[in-house]
Amino acid sequence: MFDFSVITGWVDRMLRSFLPEEATVLVEFVMIGVAILLGYAVIALVLIYTERRVCAFFQCRVGPNRVGPWGLTQSFADMIKMLTKELITINNVDRFLFNLAPFIVIIASVISFSCLPFAKGLELIDFNVGAFFVMAVSSMGIVGILLAGWSSNNKYSLIGAMRSGAQMISYELSIGMSILTIIVFTDTAQLSLIVANQADGWFIFKGHVPAFIAFMIYLIAGTAETNRGPFDLPEADSELTAGYHTEYSGMHFGFFYLAEYLNMFIVAGMATTLFLGGWMPLYIPGWDGFNRAMDFIPSLFWFLGKTGVLIFIMMWFKWTFPRLRIDQLLTLEWKYLLPINLVNMFVMVMVVVFEWHW
Amino acid sequence: MNFTLLVVVLITAIALVAIALGVARFISPRSFNGQKGEAYECGIPTRGKSWMQFKVGYYLFAILFLMFDVETVYLFPWAVIVKETGVDGLYCILFFMAVLILGLAYAWKKGALEWK
Repeated sequence: MFDFSVITGWVDRMLRSFLPEEATVLVEFVMIGVAILLGYAVIALVLIYTERRVCAFFQCRVGPNRVGPWGLTQSFADMIKMLTKELITINNVDRFLFNLAPFIVIIASVISFSCLPFAKGLELIDFNVGAFFVMAVSSMGIVGILLAGWSSNNKYSLIGAMRSGAQMISYELSIGMSILTIIVFTDTAQLSLIVANQADGWFIFKGHVPAFIAFMIYLIAGTAETNRGPFDLPEADSELTAGYHTEYSGMHFGFFYLAEYLNMFIVAGMATTLFLGGWMPLYIPGWDGFNRAMDFIPSLFWFLGKTGVLIFIMMWFKWTFPRLRIDQLLTLEWKYLLPINLVNMFVMVMVVVFEWHW
Repeated sequence: MNFTLLVVVLITAIALVAIALGVARFISPRSFNGQKGEAYECGIPTRGKSWMQFKVGYYLFAILFLMFDVETVYLFPWAVIVKETGVDGLYCILFFMAVLILGLAYAWKKGALEWK
Protein backbone atom coordinates (compact mmCIF):
# COMPACT_ATOMS: atom_id res chain seq x y z
CA MET A 1 0.00 0.00 0.00
CA PHE A 2 1.33 3.43 -0.96
CA ASP A 3 2.62 5.49 1.96
CA PHE A 4 2.21 9.26 1.69
CA SER A 5 5.11 9.89 4.05
CA VAL A 6 7.36 8.98 1.08
CA ILE A 7 6.23 12.15 -0.70
CA THR A 8 6.35 14.38 2.38
CA GLY A 9 9.77 13.00 3.36
CA TRP A 10 11.09 13.58 -0.16
CA VAL A 11 9.83 17.20 -0.17
CA ASP A 12 11.39 17.73 3.25
CA ARG A 13 14.81 16.37 2.17
CA MET A 14 14.73 18.33 -1.09
CA LEU A 15 13.99 21.59 0.72
CA ARG A 16 16.66 20.93 3.34
CA SER A 17 19.25 20.32 0.62
CA PHE A 18 19.26 23.93 -0.56
CA LEU A 19 17.57 25.95 2.20
CA PRO A 20 18.65 26.72 5.77
CA GLU A 21 16.76 25.12 8.67
CA GLU A 22 14.41 28.01 9.52
CA ALA A 23 13.51 28.70 5.90
CA THR A 24 12.69 25.02 5.37
CA VAL A 25 10.30 24.99 8.31
CA LEU A 26 8.68 28.21 7.13
CA VAL A 27 8.23 26.93 3.57
CA GLU A 28 6.77 23.68 4.86
CA PHE A 29 4.28 25.55 7.05
CA VAL A 30 3.18 27.63 4.08
CA MET A 31 2.82 24.46 2.00
CA ILE A 32 0.72 22.85 4.73
CA GLY A 33 -1.52 25.91 4.89
CA VAL A 34 -1.99 25.97 1.11
CA ALA A 35 -2.67 22.23 1.02
CA ILE A 36 -5.32 22.52 3.73
CA LEU A 37 -7.04 25.42 2.03
CA LEU A 38 -6.99 23.62 -1.32
CA GLY A 39 -8.42 20.44 0.16
CA TYR A 40 -11.00 22.39 2.11
CA ALA A 41 -12.16 24.43 -0.87
CA VAL A 42 -12.19 21.52 -3.34
CA ILE A 43 -14.16 19.28 -0.98
CA ALA A 44 -16.65 22.06 -0.29
CA LEU A 45 -17.19 22.77 -4.00
CA VAL A 46 -17.58 19.08 -4.82
CA LEU A 47 -20.01 18.57 -1.95
CA ILE A 48 -22.16 21.55 -2.91
CA TYR A 49 -22.38 20.32 -6.51
CA THR A 50 -23.12 16.76 -5.37
CA GLU A 51 -25.79 17.89 -2.96
CA ARG A 52 -27.61 19.85 -5.66
CA ARG A 53 -27.42 17.01 -8.18
CA VAL A 54 -28.43 14.34 -5.66
CA CYS A 55 -31.32 16.42 -4.39
CA ALA A 56 -32.46 17.05 -7.97
CA PHE A 57 -32.41 13.35 -8.81
CA PHE A 58 -34.35 12.51 -5.65
CA GLN A 59 -37.01 14.97 -6.75
CA CYS A 60 -37.04 13.85 -10.43
CA ARG A 61 -35.38 17.08 -11.59
CA VAL A 62 -32.16 17.60 -13.53
CA GLY A 63 -30.30 20.02 -11.28
CA PRO A 64 -27.50 22.33 -12.40
CA ASN A 65 -26.39 21.20 -15.88
CA ARG A 66 -25.56 24.35 -17.87
CA VAL A 67 -22.23 25.67 -16.54
CA GLY A 68 -19.52 23.41 -17.90
CA PRO A 69 -20.00 19.72 -18.74
CA TRP A 70 -22.88 18.32 -16.61
CA GLY A 71 -22.83 21.59 -14.69
CA LEU A 72 -19.55 20.65 -13.03
CA THR A 73 -18.28 24.22 -12.67
CA GLN A 74 -21.57 25.51 -11.27
CA SER A 75 -20.41 25.71 -7.66
CA PHE A 76 -17.19 27.42 -8.74
CA ALA A 77 -19.25 30.05 -10.57
CA ASP A 78 -21.40 30.44 -7.46
CA MET A 79 -18.31 31.03 -5.37
CA ILE A 80 -17.15 33.84 -7.66
CA LYS A 81 -20.61 35.36 -7.63
CA MET A 82 -20.65 35.29 -3.85
CA LEU A 83 -17.28 37.04 -3.70
CA THR A 84 -18.62 39.92 -5.79
CA LYS A 85 -21.71 40.53 -3.66
CA GLU A 86 -21.98 43.42 -1.25
CA LEU A 87 -21.44 42.67 2.43
CA ILE A 88 -24.43 44.31 4.08
CA THR A 89 -24.37 45.08 7.79
CA ILE A 90 -27.80 46.17 8.94
CA ASN A 91 -28.51 48.85 11.54
CA ASN A 92 -28.18 48.15 15.24
CA VAL A 93 -26.23 44.90 14.99
CA ASP A 94 -23.51 44.14 17.49
CA ARG A 95 -20.78 44.81 14.94
CA PHE A 96 -17.89 43.08 16.64
CA LEU A 97 -19.74 39.83 17.31
CA PHE A 98 -21.44 39.98 13.91
CA ASN A 99 -18.05 40.00 12.19
CA LEU A 100 -16.50 37.54 14.63
CA ALA A 101 -19.07 34.78 14.10
CA PRO A 102 -17.89 33.57 10.63
CA PHE A 103 -14.33 33.43 11.93
CA ILE A 104 -15.26 31.11 14.79
CA VAL A 105 -17.36 28.85 12.59
CA ILE A 106 -14.59 28.51 9.98
CA ILE A 107 -11.79 28.08 12.54
CA ALA A 108 -13.70 25.24 14.22
CA SER A 109 -14.28 23.42 10.97
CA VAL A 110 -10.79 23.93 9.51
CA ILE A 111 -9.08 22.64 12.66
CA SER A 112 -11.26 19.56 12.95
CA PHE A 113 -10.83 19.00 9.19
CA SER A 114 -7.04 18.95 9.57
CA CYS A 115 -7.24 16.33 12.33
CA LEU A 116 -8.71 13.63 10.09
CA PRO A 117 -6.36 10.83 9.00
CA PHE A 118 -6.89 10.96 5.24
CA ALA A 119 -4.53 8.25 4.07
CA LYS A 120 -1.55 6.19 5.09
CA GLY A 121 1.06 8.70 6.25
CA LEU A 122 -1.24 11.64 5.61
CA GLU A 123 -2.23 12.75 9.11
CA LEU A 124 -1.49 16.36 9.89
CA ILE A 125 -2.45 16.93 13.52
CA ASP A 126 -2.30 13.65 15.40
CA PHE A 127 -2.80 14.17 19.14
CA ASN A 128 -2.93 11.24 21.52
CA VAL A 129 -6.35 12.59 22.50
CA GLY A 130 -7.36 13.04 18.85
CA ALA A 131 -10.96 11.82 19.02
CA PHE A 132 -11.64 13.97 22.06
CA PHE A 133 -9.92 16.94 20.45
CA VAL A 134 -12.02 16.75 17.30
CA MET A 135 -15.17 16.56 19.41
CA ALA A 136 -14.11 19.54 21.51
CA VAL A 137 -13.09 21.73 18.56
CA SER A 138 -16.09 20.95 16.41
CA SER A 139 -18.40 21.88 19.28
CA MET A 140 -16.79 25.32 19.25
CA GLY A 141 -18.79 25.97 16.06
CA ILE A 142 -21.92 26.23 18.21
CA VAL A 143 -20.50 29.39 19.78
CA GLY A 144 -20.14 30.94 16.32
CA ILE A 145 -23.71 30.07 15.39
CA LEU A 146 -25.08 31.44 18.67
CA LEU A 147 -23.10 34.65 18.22
CA ALA A 148 -24.33 34.99 14.64
CA GLY A 149 -27.94 34.66 15.66
CA TRP A 150 -27.70 36.84 18.73
CA SER A 151 -25.75 39.69 17.17
CA SER A 152 -27.97 39.98 14.08
CA ASN A 153 -30.69 41.90 15.90
CA ASN A 154 -33.33 39.84 14.13
CA LYS A 155 -35.93 37.77 15.94
CA TYR A 156 -35.83 34.92 13.47
CA SER A 157 -32.05 34.73 13.70
CA LEU A 158 -32.29 34.64 17.47
CA ILE A 159 -34.85 31.82 17.44
CA GLY A 160 -32.78 29.93 14.89
CA ALA A 161 -29.62 30.29 16.92
CA MET A 162 -31.33 29.20 20.14
CA ARG A 163 -32.81 26.15 18.46
CA SER A 164 -29.45 25.38 16.94
CA GLY A 165 -27.74 25.68 20.32
CA ALA A 166 -30.26 23.41 22.07
CA GLN A 167 -30.08 20.86 19.27
CA MET A 168 -26.32 20.80 18.81
CA ILE A 169 -25.44 20.58 22.49
CA SER A 170 -27.99 17.81 22.98
CA TYR A 171 -26.70 15.69 20.12
CA GLU A 172 -23.12 16.42 21.15
CA LEU A 173 -23.72 14.02 24.04
CA SER A 174 -24.65 11.17 21.73
CA ILE A 175 -21.61 11.80 19.58
CA GLY A 176 -19.37 11.78 22.63
CA MET A 177 -20.88 8.55 23.96
CA SER A 178 -20.54 6.79 20.60
CA ILE A 179 -16.90 7.85 20.38
CA LEU A 180 -16.40 6.62 23.96
CA THR A 181 -17.82 3.23 23.04
CA ILE A 182 -15.14 2.82 20.38
CA ILE A 183 -12.35 4.18 22.60
CA VAL A 184 -13.27 1.68 25.31
CA PHE A 185 -12.95 -1.07 22.73
CA THR A 186 -9.71 0.11 21.15
CA ASP A 187 -7.79 1.44 24.19
CA THR A 188 -6.58 4.61 22.51
CA ALA A 189 -7.95 7.99 21.47
CA GLN A 190 -5.27 8.71 18.87
CA LEU A 191 -6.95 8.69 15.48
CA SER A 192 -4.01 7.15 13.61
CA LEU A 193 -3.81 4.30 16.15
CA ILE A 194 -7.56 3.76 15.98
CA VAL A 195 -7.17 3.28 12.23
CA ALA A 196 -4.13 1.02 12.73
CA ASN A 197 -6.12 -1.16 15.15
CA GLN A 198 -8.63 -1.85 12.40
CA ALA A 199 -6.10 -3.52 10.10
CA ASP A 200 -7.61 -6.95 10.78
CA GLY A 201 -11.25 -5.91 10.54
CA TRP A 202 -13.28 -2.74 10.80
CA PHE A 203 -14.77 -1.97 14.19
CA ILE A 204 -18.28 -2.19 12.83
CA PHE A 205 -17.57 -5.90 12.16
CA LYS A 206 -15.05 -6.54 14.92
CA GLY A 207 -16.81 -4.61 17.68
CA HIS A 208 -19.79 -6.97 18.03
CA VAL A 209 -23.31 -5.53 18.38
CA PRO A 210 -22.46 -2.47 20.55
CA ALA A 211 -20.21 -1.00 17.86
CA PHE A 212 -22.99 -1.32 15.30
CA ILE A 213 -25.52 0.39 17.58
CA ALA A 214 -22.96 3.11 18.33
CA PHE A 215 -22.47 3.61 14.58
CA MET A 216 -26.21 4.03 14.02
CA ILE A 217 -26.47 6.53 16.87
CA TYR A 218 -23.40 8.38 15.62
CA LEU A 219 -24.92 8.72 12.16
CA ILE A 220 -28.22 10.07 13.53
CA ALA A 221 -26.53 12.42 15.98
CA GLY A 222 -24.03 13.52 13.34
CA THR A 223 -26.82 14.47 10.96
CA ALA A 224 -28.41 16.50 13.74
CA GLU A 225 -25.06 18.04 14.64
CA THR A 226 -24.64 19.45 11.13
CA ASN A 227 -28.12 21.02 11.23
CA ARG A 228 -29.21 19.07 8.19
CA GLY A 229 -31.77 16.66 7.00
CA PRO A 230 -34.81 16.07 9.15
CA PHE A 231 -33.07 18.09 11.88
CA ASP A 232 -32.82 21.41 10.01
CA LEU A 233 -34.93 23.34 12.52
CA PRO A 234 -32.33 26.10 13.03
CA GLU A 235 -32.70 27.20 9.43
CA ALA A 236 -36.21 25.96 8.74
CA ASP A 237 -36.82 28.05 5.62
CA SER A 238 -40.60 27.91 5.85
CA GLU A 239 -40.68 29.24 9.43
CA LEU A 240 -37.55 31.30 10.05
CA THR A 241 -36.57 32.60 6.55
CA ALA A 242 -32.99 31.34 6.93
CA GLY A 243 -32.42 30.99 10.66
CA TYR A 244 -29.21 32.24 12.20
CA HIS A 245 -27.66 33.54 8.97
CA THR A 246 -30.65 35.55 7.72
CA GLU A 247 -28.84 38.87 8.01
CA TYR A 248 -25.56 37.70 6.52
CA SER A 249 -24.94 38.41 2.85
CA GLY A 250 -22.26 37.75 0.26
CA MET A 251 -19.11 36.07 1.49
CA HIS A 252 -20.23 36.28 5.13
CA PHE A 253 -23.07 33.94 4.27
CA GLY A 254 -20.72 31.93 2.07
CA PHE A 255 -18.65 30.98 5.09
CA PHE A 256 -21.62 29.60 6.99
CA TYR A 257 -22.57 27.65 3.90
CA LEU A 258 -19.00 26.36 3.48
CA ALA A 259 -18.75 25.34 7.12
CA GLU A 260 -22.06 23.51 6.96
CA TYR A 261 -20.88 21.30 4.10
CA LEU A 262 -17.45 20.77 5.61
CA ASN A 263 -19.02 19.79 8.92
CA MET A 264 -20.93 17.12 7.06
CA PHE A 265 -17.63 15.90 5.64
CA ILE A 266 -15.99 15.95 9.08
CA VAL A 267 -18.83 14.00 10.69
CA ALA A 268 -18.73 11.42 7.89
CA GLY A 269 -14.94 11.31 8.04
CA MET A 270 -14.94 10.72 11.79
CA ALA A 271 -17.54 7.96 11.36
CA THR A 272 -15.29 6.41 8.72
CA THR A 273 -12.25 6.63 10.99
CA LEU A 274 -13.97 5.26 14.05
CA PHE A 275 -16.25 2.59 12.64
CA LEU A 276 -15.42 1.83 9.02
CA GLY A 277 -11.67 1.38 9.26
CA GLY A 278 -10.46 4.79 8.09
CA TRP A 279 -8.24 4.28 5.07
CA MET A 280 -7.95 0.52 5.63
CA PRO A 281 -9.08 -1.56 2.66
CA LEU A 282 -11.84 -4.12 2.95
CA TYR A 283 -10.42 -7.56 3.72
CA ILE A 284 -12.39 -10.77 3.75
CA PRO A 285 -10.63 -13.49 5.77
CA GLY A 286 -9.60 -16.40 3.59
CA TRP A 287 -9.99 -14.64 0.23
CA ASP A 288 -6.30 -14.01 -0.47
CA GLY A 289 -6.67 -12.96 -4.11
CA PHE A 290 -9.43 -10.54 -3.23
CA ASN A 291 -7.41 -9.05 -0.35
CA ARG A 292 -4.37 -8.67 -2.62
CA ALA A 293 -6.49 -6.85 -5.21
CA MET A 294 -7.93 -4.51 -2.57
CA ASP A 295 -4.38 -3.49 -1.60
CA PHE A 296 -3.88 -1.91 -5.01
CA ILE A 297 -6.56 0.74 -4.41
CA PRO A 298 -4.80 3.77 -2.83
CA SER A 299 -5.65 4.47 0.79
CA LEU A 300 -6.85 8.00 0.02
CA PHE A 301 -9.51 6.56 -2.28
CA TRP A 302 -10.66 4.20 0.44
CA PHE A 303 -11.09 7.05 2.90
CA LEU A 304 -12.84 9.35 0.43
CA GLY A 305 -14.98 6.51 -0.88
CA LYS A 306 -16.28 5.47 2.52
CA THR A 307 -16.82 9.07 3.52
CA GLY A 308 -18.65 9.68 0.25
CA VAL A 309 -21.00 6.77 0.88
CA LEU A 310 -21.81 8.12 4.36
CA ILE A 311 -22.36 11.62 2.97
CA PHE A 312 -24.71 10.17 0.37
CA ILE A 313 -26.66 8.46 3.17
CA MET A 314 -26.89 11.78 5.02
CA MET A 315 -28.18 13.48 1.87
CA TRP A 316 -30.65 10.64 1.47
CA PHE A 317 -31.92 11.36 5.02
CA LYS A 318 -32.38 15.00 4.15
CA TRP A 319 -34.48 14.46 1.06
CA THR A 320 -36.52 11.59 2.46
CA PHE A 321 -37.69 12.49 5.96
CA PRO A 322 -39.93 15.43 6.88
CA ARG A 323 -38.64 17.94 9.40
CA LEU A 324 -39.06 17.15 13.10
CA ARG A 325 -40.65 19.47 15.65
CA ILE A 326 -38.44 20.77 18.43
CA ASP A 327 -40.13 18.72 21.13
CA GLN A 328 -39.79 15.55 19.03
CA LEU A 329 -36.15 16.42 18.41
CA LEU A 330 -35.32 16.79 22.09
CA THR A 331 -37.39 13.75 23.06
CA LEU A 332 -35.49 11.64 20.53
CA GLU A 333 -32.19 12.66 22.03
CA TRP A 334 -32.87 12.75 25.75
CA LYS A 335 -35.39 9.93 26.10
CA TYR A 336 -34.17 7.50 23.46
CA LEU A 337 -30.64 8.02 22.15
CA LEU A 338 -28.99 8.99 25.46
CA PRO A 339 -30.31 6.06 27.58
CA ILE A 340 -29.70 3.60 24.72
CA ASN A 341 -26.20 4.98 24.35
CA LEU A 342 -25.39 4.68 28.07
CA VAL A 343 -26.55 1.07 28.17
CA ASN A 344 -24.74 0.35 24.91
CA MET A 345 -21.52 1.77 26.27
CA PHE A 346 -21.74 -0.43 29.35
CA VAL A 347 -22.37 -3.51 27.24
CA MET A 348 -19.18 -2.60 25.40
CA VAL A 349 -17.31 -2.19 28.71
CA MET A 350 -18.54 -5.61 29.81
CA VAL A 351 -17.36 -7.09 26.52
CA VAL A 352 -13.92 -5.58 27.06
CA VAL A 353 -13.51 -6.21 30.80
CA PHE A 354 -14.94 -9.75 30.97
CA GLU A 355 -13.69 -10.59 27.46
CA TRP A 356 -16.96 -11.73 26.00
CA HIS A 357 -15.53 -12.21 22.55
CA TRP A 358 -17.25 -14.71 20.36
CA MET B 1 5.16 19.45 16.82
CA ASN B 2 1.41 18.88 16.94
CA PHE B 3 0.85 22.15 18.75
CA THR B 4 2.98 24.05 16.26
CA LEU B 5 0.91 22.54 13.46
CA LEU B 6 -2.24 23.50 15.33
CA VAL B 7 -1.10 27.13 15.38
CA VAL B 8 -0.29 26.91 11.64
CA VAL B 9 -3.78 25.58 10.91
CA LEU B 10 -5.34 28.25 13.12
CA ILE B 11 -3.49 31.00 11.26
CA THR B 12 -4.53 29.41 7.96
CA ALA B 13 -8.18 29.45 8.97
CA ILE B 14 -8.05 33.06 10.11
CA ALA B 15 -6.21 34.04 6.91
CA LEU B 16 -8.84 32.29 4.77
CA VAL B 17 -11.68 34.30 6.27
CA ALA B 18 -9.76 37.57 6.48
CA ILE B 19 -8.43 37.44 2.91
CA ALA B 20 -11.73 36.34 1.38
CA LEU B 21 -13.63 39.08 3.23
CA GLY B 22 -10.96 41.62 2.28
CA VAL B 23 -11.21 40.68 -1.40
CA ALA B 24 -15.00 40.75 -1.22
CA ARG B 25 -14.99 44.21 0.36
CA PHE B 26 -12.58 45.41 -2.30
CA ILE B 27 -14.39 44.14 -5.42
CA SER B 28 -18.02 44.19 -4.33
CA PRO B 29 -20.28 47.09 -5.31
CA ARG B 30 -21.69 49.50 -2.72
CA SER B 31 -25.02 51.20 -2.72
CA PHE B 32 -26.83 53.15 -0.04
CA ASN B 33 -30.48 52.84 0.73
CA GLY B 34 -32.39 53.38 3.96
CA GLN B 35 -34.39 50.18 3.50
CA LYS B 36 -31.28 48.06 3.35
CA GLY B 37 -30.36 48.66 6.97
CA GLU B 38 -33.56 47.16 8.32
CA ALA B 39 -33.81 43.65 9.69
CA TYR B 40 -35.46 41.21 7.31
CA GLU B 41 -38.39 39.74 9.16
CA CYS B 42 -40.53 38.61 6.24
CA GLY B 43 -40.81 42.14 4.84
CA ILE B 44 -42.91 43.46 7.72
CA PRO B 45 -41.47 46.42 9.68
CA THR B 46 -39.78 45.23 12.87
CA ARG B 47 -41.63 45.73 16.13
CA GLY B 48 -39.78 46.07 19.40
CA LYS B 49 -36.27 44.93 20.20
CA SER B 50 -34.80 41.56 19.31
CA TRP B 51 -32.71 41.27 22.45
CA MET B 52 -35.46 40.33 24.82
CA GLN B 53 -36.48 37.69 27.33
CA PHE B 54 -36.44 34.23 25.88
CA LYS B 55 -38.02 30.86 26.50
CA VAL B 56 -36.52 29.14 29.53
CA GLY B 57 -36.78 25.66 28.00
CA TYR B 58 -33.59 26.15 26.02
CA TYR B 59 -31.58 27.01 29.14
CA LEU B 60 -32.92 24.00 31.00
CA PHE B 61 -31.51 21.74 28.31
CA ALA B 62 -28.25 23.65 28.41
CA ILE B 63 -27.94 22.95 32.14
CA LEU B 64 -28.68 19.25 31.63
CA PHE B 65 -26.13 19.21 28.84
CA LEU B 66 -23.50 20.70 31.13
CA MET B 67 -23.96 17.85 33.59
CA PHE B 68 -23.64 15.13 30.97
CA ASP B 69 -20.88 16.76 28.98
CA VAL B 70 -18.64 17.14 32.01
CA GLU B 71 -19.38 13.50 32.73
CA THR B 72 -18.20 12.56 29.24
CA VAL B 73 -15.01 14.52 29.85
CA TYR B 74 -14.41 12.48 33.01
CA LEU B 75 -15.12 9.22 31.20
CA PHE B 76 -12.52 9.79 28.46
CA PRO B 77 -9.41 9.22 30.64
CA TRP B 78 -10.95 6.05 32.02
CA ALA B 79 -11.96 4.80 28.57
CA VAL B 80 -8.38 4.59 27.31
CA ILE B 81 -7.24 2.42 30.26
CA VAL B 82 -10.38 0.37 30.77
CA LYS B 83 -8.50 -2.93 30.25
CA GLU B 84 -5.86 -2.06 32.86
CA THR B 85 -8.26 -0.94 35.58
CA GLY B 86 -10.50 -3.91 34.85
CA VAL B 87 -13.33 -4.82 37.21
CA ASP B 88 -12.34 -2.41 40.01
CA GLY B 89 -12.41 0.53 37.65
CA LEU B 90 -15.74 -0.64 36.30
CA TYR B 91 -17.32 -0.61 39.78
CA CYS B 92 -16.02 2.90 40.48
CA ILE B 93 -17.37 4.18 37.17
CA LEU B 94 -20.68 2.40 37.73
CA PHE B 95 -21.07 4.26 41.03
CA PHE B 96 -20.17 7.54 39.33
CA MET B 97 -22.66 6.88 36.54
CA ALA B 98 -25.39 5.78 38.96
CA VAL B 99 -25.36 9.22 40.59
CA LEU B 100 -25.67 10.89 37.19
CA ILE B 101 -28.38 8.54 35.96
CA LEU B 102 -30.30 9.28 39.18
CA GLY B 103 -30.00 12.94 38.25
CA LEU B 104 -31.36 12.27 34.77
CA ALA B 105 -34.18 10.17 36.21
CA TYR B 106 -35.05 12.99 38.61
CA ALA B 107 -35.09 15.54 35.78
CA TRP B 108 -37.23 13.18 33.70
CA LYS B 109 -39.68 12.63 36.57
CA LYS B 110 -39.91 16.36 37.27
CA GLY B 111 -40.81 16.94 33.63
CA ALA B 112 -37.67 18.88 32.72
CA LEU B 113 -37.39 16.87 29.52
CA GLU B 114 -40.87 17.86 28.33
CA TRP B 115 -41.09 20.74 25.90
CA LYS B 116 -43.69 23.12 27.27
